[in-house]
Amino acid sequence: MTELLRIEDLHVSFKTDDGIVRAVDGVSLTLNAGETVAIVGESGSGKTVTSLSVMGLHKKGQAEISGSISLSDHGTFKDVVHLSDDEIRDIRGRAVSMIFQDPMSSLHPYYKIGNQLAEAYLVHNRGKKKEAMARALEMLDLVGIPEPAKRAQEFPHQFSGGMRQRVMIAMALMNSPQILIADEPTTALDVTVQAQILALLSKLKKEFNMGILLITHDLGVVAQVADRVNVMYAGRIVEEGAVDDIFYSPLAPYTLGLLKSVPRVSKNNERLKAIPGQPPSLINLPVGCPFAPRCEYKQHSSEAGCNTTRPALLGTSSTHRSRCHVPENLRHELFAAELKEVQG
Amino acid sequence: MLKFIGRRAAFAAMTILIVSAVVFMIFSFLPFDPAALTCGQRCTDQIVEANRVRLGFDKPIYEQYWLFLSGIFAGRTYGAGSAAFTCPAPSFGYSFNENACVTDMIREALPITISLAIGALIMWLIVGIGLGIIAAKFKNRWPDTSSSVFVLLATSLPTFVTGLALLIWVSIKWKLVPLSLTGYTSLIDNPYKFMQYFILPWITLAIAYAAIYTRFTRAALLETLGEDYIRTARAKGVGERIVFFKHTLRAVLAPLITLAGLDFAGLIGGAIITETIFNLPGLGRLTLRSVYEFDLSVVLATTILAAVVVIVMNLIVDMLYAVLDPRVRIV
Repeated sequence: MTELLRIEDLHVSFKTDDGIVRAVDGVSLTLNAGETVAIVGESGSGKTVTSLSVMGLHKKGQAEISGSISLSDHGTFKDVVHLSDDEIRDIRGRAVSMIFQDPMSSLHPYYKIGNQLAEAYLVHNRGKKKEAMARALEMLDLVGIPEPAKRAQEFPHQFSGGMRQRVMIAMALMNSPQILIADEPTTALDVTVQAQILALLSKLKKEFNMGILLITHDLGVVAQVADRVNVMYAGRIVEEGAVDDIFYSPLAPYTLGLLKSVPRVSKNNERLKAIPGQPPSLINLPVGCPFAPRCEYKQHSSEAGCNTTRPALLGTSSTHRSRCHVPENLRHELFAAELKEVQG
Repeated sequence: MLKFIGRRAAFAAMTILIVSAVVFMIFSFLPFDPAALTCGQRCTDQIVEANRVRLGFDKPIYEQYWLFLSGIFAGRTYGAGSAAFTCPAPSFGYSFNENACVTDMIREALPITISLAIGALIMWLIVGIGLGIIAAKFKNRWPDTSSSVFVLLATSLPTFVTGLALLIWVSIKWKLVPLSLTGYTSLIDNPYKFMQYFILPWITLAIAYAAIYTRFTRAALLETLGEDYIRTARAKGVGERIVFFKHTLRAVLAPLITLAGLDFAGLIGGAIITETIFNLPGLGRLTLRSVYEFDLSVVLATTILAAVVVIVMNLIVDMLYAVLDPRVRIV
């Protein structure tokens, strides 16, 4: 497996009037060619901030970034955190591309689709206008837009939401990047369109042997396309593992909470099992485990450490690790029983 | 496009008709005898009655309005026999105070007001948009702060203060620009004199408007910079300069043009204060004088003219908007 991206001990914080917001607090993860790695978490868990850091899209002077983001620029590794503005700009859209949550507002309303696509190519290949246009049509065709030559002359408002997301994907692929970051790519779309876009992403990943970093809060999406999953809570990864590990034998109480809160059609008379409480403020995180105030399994922790120390990311298996003070074998038993009860 | 223009032109004609009818009616309800206003101090009842007949004030109001309207297209002859005089089409009436056809008075005043408005418009667009761009680009740094000082000063100073200050210092004390006593020279006849004549009035008007445009441009740019499509442009690897001057500025253009078109239309109606300070015989001064002297036919004409300009500028702005914003479709 070829490694494309390695994030190590990434910290991102923002200075605000209320204090320092530690949006990302020591995140490490890797992405290989041909696989989809998901970052799952609720709003404010730091998943989008992590992905924007990879693109170097945080505003200068606003975000404080430390750690390393080692990114393969077609074979040569570059540390995004320590690159100059121009060097990052050169990587963006060429070595790593990004598609965003809202395709309705992510395209410039005043420029023709074809020109917006061509621009992505021209930025990295100056003066090659003809090639850029040809490439744009090729990519539009590839992502399943009928009559690309005609549609390239149209404006974004003439496209439906799903079609616009296809256009965004085509734009991301203009320079054949190895890494694609998809930030909630289907959240704003209809469910049927959602499935089409996910299928398209999977197809393109295989075709180009890309690595896809998928940011989402939707466990259904994760189950469909992800190979490996990182669950984030309060700026940290609380559990990482293969997609089956996460869904069938979760080890972090938060992951279990997420799985339990997915509504199920079969159990129609049951209340939704929401996780009680609210995520903590990222300005003043509690000293102990950030999830402790909402955790139902604190009493199983041996030394009542939940409120005093932060759990480390550990696991008996090197590929499936989680943060929790409750002994892992005990969690295995407890969580498996709970899952069985919920999922039937 | 042609269909659109046709429809809008018909709509505009209707609006103008209604505006003129309303204005006409208001003036006829004023507690003045329009015939009595037509003669000076040595007035006799005979002269008043003769003028009443000559100007058609003896006829019922709807007939007067009809005569007014037909005069616009066919010209109008007042009185009969040797005392008759004619205002050729388009005739907007006759001013007894000035003993002239209203159309001729407007024809003299209009170029001055248009020159004043266009010059000021160009000036405030350059200064306002320029400062707005600088302020947005250097947000919260000293260029931004200084521009907000300018905005604050310029918006709080009324034009009669800036105008008089310019007149006193630039013209009278420092003698940089001669006082415009010689009168209006057209741009084609003598560009240098034309500039000298208008430079201070332009600056006076431009200062007031530039402040508004600075603030508007800055706010619009900063708002656009936060748009998702700007992030998309950055994600493509587009450089900051192109992100700003192409992607962002382009989105701000359409609303700016709307604003400029309407402000320009407002100025054609008459920059009364500025024209008065600098003694420019433009439409604003004409209107002001006519109001003072109850020269109702002139007030009527200038009011209708102002309405026409606003309507026409609205039409132009809408068409430009459709060109600038592909989402706006003309049907």
